[in-house]
Amino acid sequence: MAADLHRLGAAELSRRLAAGDLTARALAAHLLARAEAHRDLGAFNSVDADDVLRQADASDARRRAGAALGPLDGVPVAVKDNLAVRGQPLTCSSRMLAGYVSPYDSAVAERLRAAGAVLHGRLNMDEFAMGSSTETSATGLARNPWDPSRTPGGSSGGSAACLAAGLAPLALGTDTGGSIRQPASHCGLVGLKPTYGLVSRFGLVAFASSLDQVGPMARSTEDCRLLLGALAAPDARDMTCLPADARAPRALPAGRKPRLGVPRRLLEGVAPAVRAAFDAALDFYRADGCEVADVDLPHAELAVPAYYVLAPAEASSNLARYDGVRYGHRAEGAAGIEDLMARSRAEGFGAEVKRRILLGTFVLSAGFADAYYGKALRARALIRSAHLAALAGVDAIATPTVPTAAFRLGEKSADPVQMYLEDLFTIPANLAGLPALSFPVGTDGALPVGMHLVGAPLAEGALLDLAARFERAHDLAHRVARP
Amino acid sequence: MSDAPSDWEVVVGLEVHVQLRTGSKVFSAAPWGFGAEPNTQVDAVSLGLPGTLPVVNLAALEQAIRLGLAVDAEIPDTCAWDRKNYFYPDNPKNYQLTQQARPVVVGGSVEIELPGPSRNVMGEHRRVRLHHAHLEEDVGKLTHSSGGSLVDYNRAGVPLLEIVTEPDLRSAAEAEAFLRALHALVTQAGISDADMEKGQLRCDANVSLRRPGGPLGTRTETKNLNSISGVRAAIEAEVARQARELEAGRAIVQQTRGFDAETGRSHVLRDKEDAHDYRYFPDPDIPAVRIDRARVERLRATLPERPFDRQRRYLALGLPYTSASVLVTDAATSAWFESALAANPVNPVALANLVVNDLSGLLAASVGPGEAPPSPAASRVTPTALAELVRLVDAATLSKQQAREVLAELVRAGGEPAAVIAAKGLAQTSDAGEIEAVVAEVLADPALAGSVAEFRAGNDKAINALKGPVMKRTKGKANPAVVDQVLRRLLG
Repeated sequence: MAADLHRLGAAELSRRLAAGDLTARALAAHLLARAEAHRDLGAFNSVDADDVLRQADASDARRRAGAALGPLDGVPVAVKDNLAVRGQPLTCSSRMLAGYVSPYDSAVAERLRAAGAVLHGRLNMDEFAMGSSTETSATGLARNPWDPSRTPGGSSGGSAACLAAGLAPLALGTDTGGSIRQPASHCGLVGLKPTYGLVSRFGLVAFASSLDQVGPMARSTEDCRLLLGALAAPDARDMTCLPADARAPRALPAGRKPRLGVPRRLLEGVAPAVRAAFDAALDFYRADGCEVADVDLPHAELAVPAYYVLAPAEASSNLARYDGVRYGHRAEGAAGIEDLMARSRAEGFGAEVKRRILLGTFVLSAGFADAYYGKALRARALIRSAHLAALAGVDAIATPTVPTAAFRLGEKSADPVQMYLEDLFTIPANLAGLPALSFPVGTDGALPVGMHLVGAPLAEGALLDLAARFERAHDLAHRVARP
Repeated sequence: MSDAPSDWEVVVGLEVHVQLRTGSKVFSAAPWGFGAEPNTQVDAVSLGLPGTLPVVNLAALEQAIRLGLAVDAEIPDTCAWDRKNYFYPDNPKNYQLTQQARPVVVGGSVEIELPGPSRNVMGEHRRVRLHHAHLEEDVGKLTHSSGGSLVDYNRAGVPLLEIVTEPDLRSAAEAEAFLRALHALVTQAGISDADMEKGQLRCDANVSLRRPGGPLGTRTETKNLNSISGVRAAIEAEVARQARELEAGRAIVQQTRGFDAETGRSHVLRDKEDAHDYRYFPDPDIPAVRIDRARVERLRATLPERPFDRQRRYLALGLPYTSASVLVTDAATSAWFESALAANPVNPVALANLVVNDLSGLLAASVGPGEAPPSPAASRVTPTALAELVRLVDAATLSKQQAREVLAELVRAGGEPAAVIAAKGLAQTSDAGEIEAVVAEVLADPALAGSVAEFRAGNDKAINALKGPVMKRTKGKANPAVVDQVLRRLLG
């Protein structure tokens, strides 16, 4: 039985742990061995095996004492390396934070500990979550378990590779412009970016604060829902986190068919195999009793340019604290404080991070701020109203998650704009603060293809319900790429 | 006020940074206070560690609103924070959270009192308009030594209210008057301890000169002045420097300057061309904060009477200008005197005189030379004891001289006047029968027959020679008015 543990989902593992058919320690040990065996994937930046086993033992002890904390007790959750876990490295896959250990738990780590979950390893990512392929990681690139010559996507590429290779049943990702959903799509997973404010950002190393969200990644909608339930809660330490009285979920309407809206105008550049999988999925929904309608999303062409003004602007300020003075990388032999800061930053940051800091600094500069930052804010407001208007008539806006399946490693590294277009369909949900889900609906050869659903605020449950309809009728959940 | 040649008009605007009185920092739960070991009043948030987020301390916001109400400013429905981006190692995030676009306090004015023609005569009162006041975070402190530079982040995140005036001040003396008035206002309302020696009130001065009635001249900003005398000296020096430049036909360059209080000299910190581009933008971590009207009204109710309002009330009660002014400048004294006044509202003038004339002297004499005397509020004399003392004098139970004796004992050991009076056997007697017996004895004294005869012969002043012995025989307890009355009756 142990040989198959890594193929099981979190919900099934939870049932076996509860039934006493499995111990948290056995599960953790099995996954630790797999993490070691599949190091070629570059999924983890670090795994503290002793710490993992200690947590598993504590879970087993609670269960023996009849004091299990809930369905996640003893279930491993791998954590992206930009989420603070007390006593563990917090590197953001950057040389700048190599060796930095967080002295405190992020809100999500705290929530997971309170649920009894085992925090299992630190996941690779694009440096400071800036990238769509995990190639900007300073700790080495991550590979797609379905085809190791290809990217798992990014920036939560380590999370996606970990899940697709069966190294953990659940993983945390973070999503600023698609960083959960694009890798979920490329690796055949269910990945959800919650409504802005549903999950606390306390302890998430900020990239672009007004866009960042922490979210669940899993191999099934059921597991994704389970993890989301553990994460979503009010938190007084994050002023943008929704208070308890503003969290009423928005369910699918009773008494009428669910409606999917498709912005056809935007689908022109989609690769044929991706388009075919997407169209087939729409056919399924029609046959399954849903309405599929066209929706108009005016200003959609503004989303990528607006995002690449706003996200770098915020990043240029958020990343200013990494200066070699208090913690993190410090350049040797600096002459004076300015030199120390300049050289520490020059050495500590990679090319993509520097590109975005420079871009963000420029768009906020006196004389340019209104033409760039100000205009991008106005575009963002237009995009949000266009989405809310469209969602007044449909329950979800459906597109492919990414225009193409996973690309070859190195294929887009030299062309940032091509890389930025990976996030064409995913960026608007961040700009509008809306929940969005990617789930597998087909393949392009060996490579998974995902469908993307954007819902109204707090419609996470409705999006998962829609995805679950497809999942039940197809054999695309719980797929693991490595034996 | 004569700090510029007469054909130049001095124009001064101030930016005053006041540390607000709160239990914790403005965006984190870390405590703060003066004099702690370096880097002990910090937490993950105030150090800006990766992943941390600011949370607005509502107590700091409320203090800012209270200041706004105390200066009759507009409190907008919402306020918001912006990031001011610049690299400096005293700044843990390399950006400062401040209110650039939507401050918590808009407009308002502070009443000031200009120096009068003499110490005993009140000067003109004026109102200095405020542009706005905004709530921001203080930064840490750098110390440089031969071994390198050290940074202490205890001060980083201390709530700071920056109060920005309009260019309404016309001299260094007016700037000083403004700072004194503001100091009294914020300390008495408990908004800030505003101890300048602890850096709790710091000031930047914008100075320019112009021809009277002409357009505003180019200004310079002198930064980080941390004493009232320093502000005055810096403005005077800058006015003199600008006047020299202009007289010599040179233009004033817009620049930021520093002032060395030791040497009295200022120097350029940076020119306009080197001015920082702070790249302000709205802080995405702090949503705009709605300010509830009901809360504003609740806060209004917590404000004490303003110092100059209290001064006006005291003047109306008949207090001399100097007493009224002394009693309203310091928060503790003012509150202490208010309690005394509440306990005995009948004779405010006597109450004030007892404090200003007698108690101050006794307190000054109670400490060694060079030591600062305690304020009345910090002395052993309670407001109710003071009020009781005035009542006893008014009831003729004590003479003024006896009251001073009792007060001296209260300063020394505290306690209630009744106990002191009993212990010292001090109470004055107005009992005519008791006094009459003593007067009769005195009149029968052959040694005093001469004075008796003189009085009866029409020399009214001769009666004084008879009062002394009466007071002596009653050990000073006889009410002098009753003694006079009885003497005249028995001699008549």
